[in-house]
Amino acid sequence: MSAPNTNGKLWTISAVRAALSAKQISARELAKDFFARIDRENPRLNAFLTLSPDRAFAQADRIDAMIARGDTLPPLAGVPVAIKDVISTRGVRTTCGSKILENYVPPYDATAVVRLENAGGAILGKTNCDEFAMGSSNENSAYGPVHNPVALDRVPGGSSGGSAAAVRAGLAVAALGTDTGGSIRQPGALCGIPAMMGTYGRVSRYGLIAFASSLDRIGPFASTVEDAASVLAVIAGRDPSDATSADVKVGDYSLALKKDVKGMRLGIPREYFGEGMDQAVRTRVEAAISALEKRGCKRVEISMPHTDYAIAVYYIIATAEASSNLARYDGVRYGLRVPAATLLEMYRTTRGAGFGAEVKRRIMLGTYVLSAGYYDAYYRKGQQVRALIAKDFREAFEKVDAIVTPTSPVPAFKLGERTEDPLAMYLADIYTVTGSLAGVPGISIPCGDTPDGLPVGFQIFGPHFAEERVLQLAYAAQQAISAS
Amino acid sequence: MRISREDVLRVAELAHLELSEAEIEKYRAQLDSILEYIGKLNELDTSAVEPMAQVLSPEDPQSPNATLRDDVVIPCDLAADVLRQAPDAQPPYFRVPKVIER
Repeated sequence: MSAPNTNGKLWTISAVRAALSAKQISARELAKDFFARIDRENPRLNAFLTLSPDRAFAQADRIDAMIARGDTLPPLAGVPVAIKDVISTRGVRTTCGSKILENYVPPYDATAVVRLENAGGAILGKTNCDEFAMGSSNENSAYGPVHNPVALDRVPGGSSGGSAAAVRAGLAVAALGTDTGGSIRQPGALCGIPAMMGTYGRVSRYGLIAFASSLDRIGPFASTVEDAASVLAVIAGRDPSDATSADVKVGDYSLALKKDVKGMRLGIPREYFGEGMDQAVRTRVEAAISALEKRGCKRVEISMPHTDYAIAVYYIIATAEASSNLARYDGVRYGLRVPAATLLEMYRTTRGAGFGAEVKRRIMLGTYVLSAGYYDAYYRKGQQVRALIAKDFREAFEKVDAIVTPTSPVPAFKLGERTEDPLAMYLADIYTVTGSLAGVPGISIPCGDTPDGLPVGFQIFGPHFAEERVLQLAYAAQQAISAS
Repeated sequence: MRISREDVLRVAELAHLELSEAEIEKYRAQLDSILEYIGKLNELDTSAVEPMAQVLSPEDPQSPNATLRDDVVIPCDLAADVLRQAPDAQPPYFRVPKVIER
């Protein structure tokens, strides 16, 4: 048996488990198949930046030994996974898609990585992304853009474009990404696979190289909702190393999938269905809502009046936090150093040479909104409107069980199409940033293709820590859409 | 025009970023249009709204404030690994260009 191609059926976690248990393939052979496939496909996709065969094969051998002994296998035993290159991996180069960390090798693992490996996952390597996770198309990577496996002349979305492309192309069974304003859900939508972020605090950020600390979240990409649920269940939960990780019980996500969705109230916020949405996206999203209605869900029109301000708020708060978090790249302790006569000059030349255009732009904007005389007008104002956006969600969840929207207003756009206008690129996140600011869990699942064959994403938001409900609805929608 | 060339130079200095002439003008124009877009927030009266600094409020039983760990020392024997990442290390120190002129 070998790894399937994109036209065939992708490996799932349960298929890996069944094949390993029946000894149809060993974990080592499976990993080898995936590396062969990466060697073949990656030159045209550019989804992986660094491979970690030593780590993957060592894990595969551990799993094969367990199988030989007849041990009970952990939930992700032998499952080939990929990790976005902003998440620290001990001994495996982690660049954040930046020249400034080109040769950085972390001395420790992120908690999510430790948990994936403890659950049996075999880490194949690190995936390409926009530099420091700043972007919506993957074109801000210092190592070149990722190509969408569905249409190679189009973007995979961003910033976790490499993780999305790797899973979609069958180069990994599942992958970790990070979401700050839409960076998991939007590439999931553009590549046509399920992609989820849990509630802020659901997954530890320890070892995630920070972009915007009050927004950053780690979450899974997979080829089915079941697999996304399995990966989230493994990485979720309190971690003493991240004080913002929540001490809230992790539910049985696999069990939640099977629950009936009859009677669930779906909030349709009118602000998400206005102008600017591609007609083909509208058609597919409406069809997904109808499919859930046929399963007994009720459609409830709602209003979330501050939606239109979310991008403006996001680009204040995310850039302010980024300007502070990225101050650490100064050429002293790690990463690039451009030598200069004085310390201050060394900081300036190192950062000027090491950061790409989008990162510099955001550092500049963030520094400006935090600077004396502008803090109240911008940063404080942004935090206040963020509170209003969170209130929109709280009030909506008094009337409905979940909120459903498109993930992205448009399907995958062409490489180079939007790079000249930063503001137009920022608007790609118009339906995803709201949930980021409010801290609620959200998932994007594929809901069919446009007439041109480009995937469309359907987004589901739930209240804080209602991951089970989000997954339950996502699974029902996945079943209903594939049946219709 | 909200952002002048002087604003860009001042912010670049605060952020320790060396910018080329081309970058200075490019960022001036781009920051100007982004800030103009952000100006739409002034349509909202927020005088009675508390700023939101984190997702879970401190009163929330699930908030980080409720889950701070005990303040205990945990040995962390990573110094050698960490120093290996430095562009110019002289263990146990990081070396930098001269800071104080004599």
